[in-house]
Amino acid sequence: MKKSVFMIGLTVASAAIAGATTVDELLAQYQRDGAGPFRAEQGLVLLNQVNSGGTASEGNSCAACHTTDPKQAGKHVKTGKLIEPLAPAVNRDRLQDAEKVEKWFLRNCKGTLGRTCTSQEKGDFLTFLATLK
Amino acid sequence: MNKKQKITGICLLLICLGSGIALGVSASDRETKDGKQRAEVAPVQNRLYSTECGACHFAYQPGLLPVRSWEKLLAGLGEHFGENAEVTPTTYTALREYLTGHAADRVDYGRSRKINASIPDGEKPIRVTETRYFQKEHRELSPPMREKNPQIGSLSRCETCHTQAEQGSFHEHEVRMPSDGR
Repeated sequence: MKKSVFMIGLTVASAAIAGATTVDELLAQYQRDGAGPFRAEQGLVLLNQVNSGGTASEGNSCAACHTTDPKQAGKHVKTGKLIEPLAPAVNRDRLQDAEKVEKWFLRNCKGTLGRTCTSQEKGDFLTFLATLK
Repeated sequence: MNKKQKITGICLLLICLGSGIALGVSASDRETKDGKQRAEVAPVQNRLYSTECGACHFAYQPGLLPVRSWEKLLAGLGEHFGENAEVTPTTYTALREYLTGHAADRVDYGRSRKINASIPDGEKPIRVTETRYFQKEHRELSPPMREKNPQIGSLSRCETCHTQAEQGSFHEHEVRMPSDGR
């Protein structure tokens, strides 16, 4: 019994470490690009930023699909598809895979804001999501 | 072939037969009386496609559009109905192989065949809703009717009314309109 409790504890601990590692790795990479320090409050600004760039997605924002609270589930503004919460605090699958994180930054920054996001913006946003309790 | 190999072979054969029977009775893979042609469209059985494309919208079965439509759609993923849906070159190749390999003009499924037959040779629709077959099948959903029941929403959201859409089955008797009590 004691052993199994220990094993569960160990598994949870390793999962938590694995999560932190992915974000840490990405932040370190952004720092190598010259970005930083990262501020969670700037991540919140990005979430609510409205595209005014005159592209097809003008008027769009990250929050339009993800809501203004990353701990809530969202809904794709056009297709109605459910989007699971972004915050690892309530959705442990988030921010576990660096490639996946970069894929969505690429697609969604371009699609929503009409441009790629800077390393600074990405770092701020990840810091914001990772520090939500 | 030794005895062990024989037994393994028989087991594999039984597993294959079993899967065949299971597929044979699924709603999306029904065979007509002559046993040759399957109705409906083949369900999506490709994890990459489900995650890459199905994350944002209903994972339209490849059998809903012909090869030339999928090619056109894939070539424009950077501007995908107003959104960016770029994928890595490796993912692109795999998605292309899956979509074109199972396209409406490559498979023998009843509804795929009908959709394909309704598209004139020179056309490459990238929306299933633009095909004549789709429009004929949904002709009763007139704009005034949809205004009365706004929950139906966009006709691109198959799963709103077609309860078995994900399984590739779009039978009329499986339709449940939102809040019409049917």
